[in-house]
Amino acid sequence: MNRGMRALIPLAVFLVVVGFLFKGLFLNPKEVPSPLVGKPAPQFSLPRLDNPETVFSPKEMLGQVWMLNAWASWCPSCVEEHPILVSLAKTGLVPLIGLDYKDTQLEAQQWLEKGGNPYAVTVMDADGRVGIDYGVYGVPETYVIDKAGVIVYKQIGPVTVEALRDTIIPLVKKLQSQ
Amino acid sequence: MFRLIVACFMMQVTCVWAEEAQPLQADLAVEMQVQRLSEELRCLVCQNQTLADSHSDLALDLKREVREMATKGMTDEAIVDYLVARYGDFVRYRPALKSSTVLLWFGPFALLLAGGIGLFIQLRRRQAMTTDEPLSAEEARKVDELLDKES
Repeated sequence: MNRGMRALIPLAVFLVVVGFLFKGLFLNPKEVPSPLVGKPAPQFSLPRLDNPETVFSPKEMLGQVWMLNAWASWCPSCVEEHPILVSLAKTGLVPLIGLDYKDTQLEAQQWLEKGGNPYAVTVMDADGRVGIDYGVYGVPETYVIDKAGVIVYKQIGPVTVEALRDTIIPLVKKLQSQ
Repeated sequence: MFRLIVACFMMQVTCVWAEEAQPLQADLAVEMQVQRLSEELRCLVCQNQTLADSHSDLALDLKREVREMATKGMTDEAIVDYLVARYGDFVRYRPALKSSTVLLWFGPFALLLAGGIGLFIQLRRRQAMTTDEPLSAEEARKVDELLDKES
């Protein structure tokens, strides 16, 4: 190696470091990849919001593609997400199950009366245990679950119009045709 | 009668206090395990804190979960595995040592070693470039003169 090339080594090292740092600018540390994707959705049996006497369990959804949306009336990003879910529900494309995470029945019901109810069923996870089984660490979080009951996709943070159009709806349609 | 009621009320209050302090004494081993694990596990809400440091709702729930598992007699490893299955490796405050994290664990030491070797080679080469030349007669005279002056 001659002298000129050797002088370029620090520059090359510098550019590699810059490359890594530049990539880091666009990573979101809040998005922790879920180890549950590709695994069966954890089973639970929770009281329904509309009728706490009866329980709902994911077993009831076997054979169809469905979405589980963890939300709460105290969650600020849910306000942003809610109308998008309502419009998704209107299309009738896919049943949406609500997991009302660490909330009270009264506040949750008031929230649904105010913003509209996009959920086929909402269950109450008052102490957040089912949330832990699903690896929920900040609501809203949404899971797409296939006909066999396997989690195929997890949306961390609010479902946006772009996420629905580009990722979730195509995925749901693909899973439904399988 | 009124005094009796007041006395009962006060007793109840002390009872409530006594109850609150109980868990600490109940099982020291469990408490120590919870404490040890809380320092090894990450709070996913406030990501740069451990469960022990964090007062977020999720951290409290996870601590409760850890305490319940510890009470059931689960080992540290089993409890950490339970949480990793749900939240992924990120929940460990200290990354696990495995093939994907080898670079993370040993990269800095590898860089240090490479730098050290580079420096050693460089110094060796520089040493090889210099040669011992005997002093000329004039230089030797000057050295003597300076040394004499010193003393």
